Amino acid sequence: MKRFLLSVTFAVLSVLLFGCSNNNEPEKTDATVDQETPESKSQPDEEVALFISAAASLTDALEDLKSTFEEEHEEIKLTYNFGSSGKLAKNIENGAPSDVFLSASSKDMNDMEEKGLINNESRENFTSNVLVLITHKDSDSTIDSFEDIDPAALDHFAVGEPESVPVGRYTKETFETLDLWEPLQDKLVLGSDVRQVLTHVEMGNADYGVVYSSDAYISNDVKVLAESDPEWHAPIVYPGAVVKDSKHQEAAQQFLDYLTSDKGKETLQEFGFK
Amino acid sequence: MDYSPLILSLKVAVISTFFVFLAGVFIAYLLSKRDFFGKSILEALFLLPLVLPPTVVGFALLILFGKKGWIGSWLLEWFDFQIVFTWIGAVIASIVVSFPLMYQSAAAAFESLDERLSNAARTMGASEWRVFWTVVFPLAWPGLLAGLVLSFARGLGEFGATLMLAGYIPGKTDTIPMAIYFAVESGQMEKATFWVVIIITFGFSLILWVNWWSKRNIRRFSRM
Repeated sequence: MKRFLLSVTFAVLSVLLFGCSNNNEPEKTDATVDQETPESKSQPDEEVALFISAAASLTDALEDLKSTFEEEHEEIKLTYNFGSSGKLAKNIENGAPSDVFLSASSKDMNDMEEKGLINNESRENFTSNVLVLITHKDSDSTIDSFEDIDPAALDHFAVGEPESVPVGRYTKETFETLDLWEPLQDKLVLGSDVRQVLTHVEMGNADYGVVYSSDAYISNDVKVLAESDPEWHAPIVYPGAVVKDSKHQEAAQQFLDYLTSDKGKETLQEFGFK
Repeated sequence: MDYSPLILSLKVAVISTFFVFLAGVFIAYLLSKRDFFGKSILEALFLLPLVLPPTVVGFALLILFGKKGWIGSWLLEWFDFQIVFTWIGAVIASIVVSFPLMYQSAAAAFESLDERLSNAARTMGASEWRVFWTVVFPLAWPGLLAGLVLSFARGLGEFGATLMLAGYIPGKTDTIPMAIYFAVESGQMEKATFWVVIIITFGFSLILWVNWWSKRNIRRFSRM
């Protein structure tokens, strides 16, 4: 039965995958023919369309960056594709058009590097995040550090599911360091992604939650009680790289450099990144 | 292996189907004999959960039943009773998403009844109550049963709205669909396959049984 199920799944998946790659193949070759010439002669007037595959948590910051970047680089037009880092990596592997990959986890970028899908020299950690302890904006909680959390004094604590959601993994590491993971066990509500953890706290259903500082920033209904100490969990870094198959290596590198420039950093920090 | 998702899923589906059946049959019968201004709007409202994305239904339920929600805050204040993050939340999510299926089946079943049969009973002095139980209900039963089974199956498979209202609390609110989702997401394919096989077997035999049962029933009725 199990084998039967698996083979059915594989059959469906392979049909889907073949469908995708067949559709994309001709497009890509066309692009090569059309755009190789202007790229090599680097005529500034020729417009370059850059496809940026970016982790969903970067959405607001990157939308904000778009206009300033395009003003400075008139020949480059940016198109974003937001999603979870794991799914984006799969898409790029299957030939989805993409010039820059901005991941929320080193793991997905490492996979891409191993498979030779990115330009290794271009890889760079362009920003980072910290965990924050949040509560509803109307809460009268007086906690001001992670260590102050008293499992007995709360009903529900929202965290990301630790096996599958990155923010949940970091939260688990943090609470294990602080010897709070076990005591909190029967208070935990596990979210399927970081947005759901935020929703549980925003709507006042969970007393506390742990999310990234950049997520807490975009919500008007929560307040930040404390920031995590970077020593409690693995570093939360955002690696970015130019995709190897990109036809616009130069423009892609320009965009990546822009993220780490003073202006790029400033914008990212405005949106809660570190 | 922890079997609590199976027991919880069955408990949620059985309780939700019970309420959905009562409400669906009652409301559909009440509306089947009437035509009034706004009936179509009311029916569209009943069927809405069928077309809305589950997360939207879940969000609406949170607005109603959350700790700060319209109904939720009232229940909490007066009865110290919390729906969100409990298995009762899963029952409510199940009720809301499976009600349209029950209503639709029941409305169709009552609509197709020959009005002359119940009128004949009335001319012989039967009360409305008796007309319903001895004429309408037995004749509509195959349609009602189809709705019942569909509602049960839908309740068993409910995921999106449940995840939002009941949350994912292992051992407390983890139904089979949730166990499957998180097992797949975290790469535990063995565990996921186990639950997938269980839920497919269950759903498949349920539908098979209903088809067989209703065919037998129709044959019996046509013989009469």
